Amino acid sequence: MAGVVRRKNQGSTLKSQRASEESPFAKWILITAALCFVTVFLLLPLMNVFYQAFSKGWQLYRHSMLEEDTIHAIKLTLAITAISVPLNLIFGLAASWAIAKFDFPGKTFLISLIDLPFAVSPVVAGLMFVVLFGRQGYFGEWLDAHDIKIIFAVPGMVLATVFVTFPFVARELIPVMQQTGSEQEQAALTLGASGWKTFWLVTLPSVKWGLIYGVILCNARAMGEFGAVSVVSGHIAGQTDTIPLRVEKLFNGASAASGVAAFAVASLLALLALVTLFLKTFLEWKTDRDFARAQEAGPAVEPPPNESDTVILAKSLQ
Amino acid sequence: MSIQIQKVSKTFGNVAAVDSVSFEIHDGELVALLGPSGGGKTTVLRMIAGLEMPTAGDIRIRGQRVNDLSVQQRNIGFVFQNYALFKNMNVFKNVAFGLKIKKWKRKEIEERVAELMTLLELKGLEKRYPHQLSGGQRQRVAIARALAPKPSVLLLDEPFGAVDAKIRQELREWLVKLHHDLNVTTLFVTHDQEEAMEVSNRIVIIAAGRLEQIGTPREVYEQPANEFVARFIGVMNVLDCTVRDGVGRVGEMQFNLPNVADGQVRLGFRPYAVQISPDLSLYRYRAVLRHTFFLGIMLRLEIELPSGLIVRARITKEDYSRLGLQDEQEVSFQIRQFRLLAHDKAALQPEQRTTYDVPPMIAENI
Repeated sequence: MAGVVRRKNQGSTLKSQRASEESPFAKWILITAALCFVTVFLLLPLMNVFYQAFSKGWQLYRHSMLEEDTIHAIKLTLAITAISVPLNLIFGLAASWAIAKFDFPGKTFLISLIDLPFAVSPVVAGLMFVVLFGRQGYFGEWLDAHDIKIIFAVPGMVLATVFVTFPFVARELIPVMQQTGSEQEQAALTLGASGWKTFWLVTLPSVKWGLIYGVILCNARAMGEFGAVSVVSGHIAGQTDTIPLRVEKLFNGASAASGVAAFAVASLLALLALVTLFLKTFLEWKTDRDFARAQEAGPAVEPPPNESDTVILAKSLQ
Repeated sequence: MSIQIQKVSKTFGNVAAVDSVSFEIHDGELVALLGPSGGGKTTVLRMIAGLEMPTAGDIRIRGQRVNDLSVQQRNIGFVFQNYALFKNMNVFKNVAFGLKIKKWKRKEIEERVAELMTLLELKGLEKRYPHQLSGGQRQRVAIARALAPKPSVLLLDEPFGAVDAKIRQELREWLVKLHHDLNVTTLFVTHDQEEAMEVSNRIVIIAAGRLEQIGTPREVYEQPANEFVARFIGVMNVLDCTVRDGVGRVGEMQFNLPNVADGQVRLGFRPYAVQISPDLSLYRYRAVLRHTFFLGIMLRLEIELPSGLIVRARITKEDYSRLGLQDEQEVSFQIRQFRLLAHDKAALQPEQRTTYDVPPMIAENI
């Protein structure tokens, strides 16, 4: 029997060797095609951003960056990000905690709801807020009467950004939390730790890398969001322009200098993308390793109920 | 009285996981909560710990009613089935966790952890992380962590479920030794009757949420309270037989049942009650030895009666060689003692000895 199995295995390895020997042509074609695609569609545009930004020299780059409206756009982007990322961090923790640790009616609905912003076009999301809070919107009159400005102002942009970046943290954390389970937390409770202590000492460290990963993605999207923010911003230079909006405005500008400025500002976003990519790769490696370790340390399978004869028993009892 | 469970019930939705269970555990006992998987024993353990709240009934630890006490206030040590070690902390920090929470002084913590490391043979592993430990080491860390704050009771959920057979055996012996050394009241959950028999002073048998019996390993084995226990603990041959005029018949076999009314009854006998001889004239019944299972010092035999009935017997290795038994050989046998079983949860009568056979020639030490 064993012989048959071995021969079978040898056969299959032989076959697969031959298969891989015959295919270098196809292999190289596929690799070349993939590389060409990546170069043309990803690498060249990215390099072009930096090339264009510096095409008229360092002085002009520096000048376009220091323009008052650009500086304001950078500040505004940072401000919006600084508000929306922590909000989604808290929401993401709460939602993933609820989903991973508890069973409640409407859980599946909540999970699909978290994904909604991924499914909805950002422009539609922006319009949604205009319909709600705009002058002609449902709450428009009331807001007007109380002199609260949401649409074409910073609060609306924050709302739009929060909406669009809603799923990132939660999506990252749910699988991590589900995989960790709640036994470690229960163990902390039996050892006398309060709910808060358990959260800080046990829960948070165990989802640390997933959380950071989610925050980085959330941050990148918050800084780079265009569609939703564009709809609610009103494009008021020096007031409601974020970096992406500023890039568009400069790019559409008439002068050659403004074209260069557009790429200069865009190079900031490209740089952000590169940093994000690097951190993302690093964290993926890190979480994969932790996951592998967790598996290794892993959930044991309950052995089937023991039906075997009671040898020792008989020895001791009879 | 260390732990008292009084008419405790727990329902999840419409399902009664635990149904009015009562039992008591004395100071310093090592007790097994035994039952089939999904029978509610883990729920009982978790209710004692405070991880689940009973729907009805009282739980007392050292005389104090703890129903309204939170997990943190109950001062119990709990070892989870998969150990639930804090994977982001090393062994030292895992064990010291409970002490830090209770605000012990640093020096005291170091002393206590060092003491446990020695006791649990974990010395030198303080800096390791859970993923760098073997299954047995992880379990010992989990026990050390639970024991560190000096709990009044130690609760273990399937403590040997997650390790392979060989280590399981070591851990069992080791738990008995640990309990002997520390004398802390210990309650552990298991679905493995062999494990419960070997490790515990007393066994609480729970099935389908109900308490079936509580007693020493010997009691539950020799005086099972009902058919469930009789069949769950150890191996039992079970026969359906027809009674007429005080004699129960099944196939070729007859059992004296002088006080039993005519009708159907079930009876059971342990494999060790079956005596076998190659001398066909020695015992009353004939059968063919079909299979021999070598289980170490004891062997299990399956013999087949002419009617096709299969009976399981047990015999020592020495007797097996002395009698010169072989598979497919014809043998004679008798059943030394048996008991009537009852379909319902009715109490069982004591075992009956068969008196109509010649006294056994085979040594009684099986």
